[in-house]
Amino acid sequence: MAGDSPLRTPPKVAAPVVRPRARGAAAGAVSTDVRIRAEHVSVSYGDRRAIEDVTIDIHDRAVTAIIGPSGCGKSTLLRAFNRMNDLIPSARSTGRVEMDGVDVLGRNIDIVRLRRRVGMVFQKPNAFPMSIYENIAYGPRQHGQKRRARLDEIVESTLRRAALWDDVDDRLGASAVGLSGGQQQRLCIARALAVEPHVLLMDEPCSALDPIATLKIEDLMRDLARELTIVIVTHNMQQAARVSDYTAFMLAGEERIGRLVEFGLTDVLYTTPSDARTEEYITGRFG
Amino acid sequence: MTRQQFDKQLREMQDEVLILSSMVEKAIQRSVESLRTRDIALSNTVIEDDLAINKKRYEIEEKCIHTIALQQPMAADLRVLVAVLFIVTELERMADHAEGIGRINLMLGEEPLPAQLGQIWEMGERASDMLQRAITAFIDRDAQAARAICDEDDVVDGLYDSAYDALIHMMIDEPKDVQRITYLIWTSHNLERIADRVTNICERVIFMVTGVLEEINVSRY
Repeated sequence: MAGDSPLRTPPKVAAPVVRPRARGAAAGAVSTDVRIRAEHVSVSYGDRRAIEDVTIDIHDRAVTAIIGPSGCGKSTLLRAFNRMNDLIPSARSTGRVEMDGVDVLGRNIDIVRLRRRVGMVFQKPNAFPMSIYENIAYGPRQHGQKRRARLDEIVESTLRRAALWDDVDDRLGASAVGLSGGQQQRLCIARALAVEPHVLLMDEPCSALDPIATLKIEDLMRDLARELTIVIVTHNMQQAARVSDYTAFMLAGEERIGRLVEFGLTDVLYTTPSDARTEEYITGRFG
Repeated sequence: MTRQQFDKQLREMQDEVLILSSMVEKAIQRSVESLRTRDIALSNTVIEDDLAINKKRYEIEEKCIHTIALQQPMAADLRVLVAVLFIVTELERMADHAEGIGRINLMLGEEPLPAQLGQIWEMGERASDMLQRAITAFIDRDAQAARAICDEDDVVDGLYDSAYDALIHMMIDEPKDVQRITYLIWTSHNLERIADRVTNICERVIFMVTGVLEEINVSRY
């Protein structure tokens, strides 16, 4: 009988197989613990509203990238996390930014302690005009560390964490401003790390650097994210895709008020964004 | 609207896929027709034209890789280009199956075909029609149409089973024709594989539209 043939049709596979969506390099290891919870955060400069009603969870031991066109409020949101907006006299923040159960926008917050826990790295490397050693030791000294041996330990360990030790171990007494741009930026990261922050905010940290220095900073960010929470503002969408676990897309409408459009795992947002505006931005159709 | 140059490249890529698919569709139709009419010259044309299909596939693949490298597409744009890479590979392999049918016609020699090969001719028509509609679904970004085409693969599988049974019976009835009938089993298998590859194309169309990789209507062979 033909029906006995070994090539006869085997039983039909019953249901379609849906493969789990592929994740990025950090597949399965992306932290879901929340380090910072921003709720309905709005910031105004004088009469002008810069960002409005932003609610976002920043995950612990992960890199969160904030992307969006110029003027969408990325840096304003970043600066809300360590009250850097307070340095602008007309700035006024509302809403809640909760970290470890405390609203950091609250009145009784010790700003110095807050900024020790939430360090910041800026667009242009701002090495202090002093030695490499003193750049690192400055923060711990300000926070009361006087013992030379302990300071030596901090300087070495933070320079190692910032992947700079091998470049400068034989010239710690040399002026920091003699370092290259990329080295100076890693020094600034080391300086921020020296006071043992829980969170590192990075505002366009690579925009003044060449591609090689940029990749070194990106590698460093991935290493640091194993123990720290990192939030980066970047115009470079490829960089956000490379380094971040989560991405937030912000956009300002015609009234120039920045709002959070979409937030999610980076590999999902960059492959199948759920909002058409995100799709248009990341595919380069506007912005 | 920015990225006009990139959008133009995407449209051109789509046009190239259309050209390649029409070349492959013609190869499938001609290969089956050459067998049905025992037209050796037409079989030789199918075999010769396969070189042009291979060339076109590599051209498209190279353009795709250049576009990915230079334009760094994201999201839906990236999915289109990834889908194109898979689709052109499937198209090229489908043309290889058609070329195989052309070569089988040459191997069959001068003698006429056994009479009852209706399932094979129908498989050829259906596979060719499925391919044309799968490419239309690709152009139209129509995941629903692509899903429906996948379901039609069952019909081709049924025809294959039926053709196989008929050919085995022919072998039993005419043992001297075993070799020739084996060639015809290969032919039906080639057509069954072509329909499977249409399903693969449809899966890529669904991925391109939805971003979800699904394996639909898993091949039974």
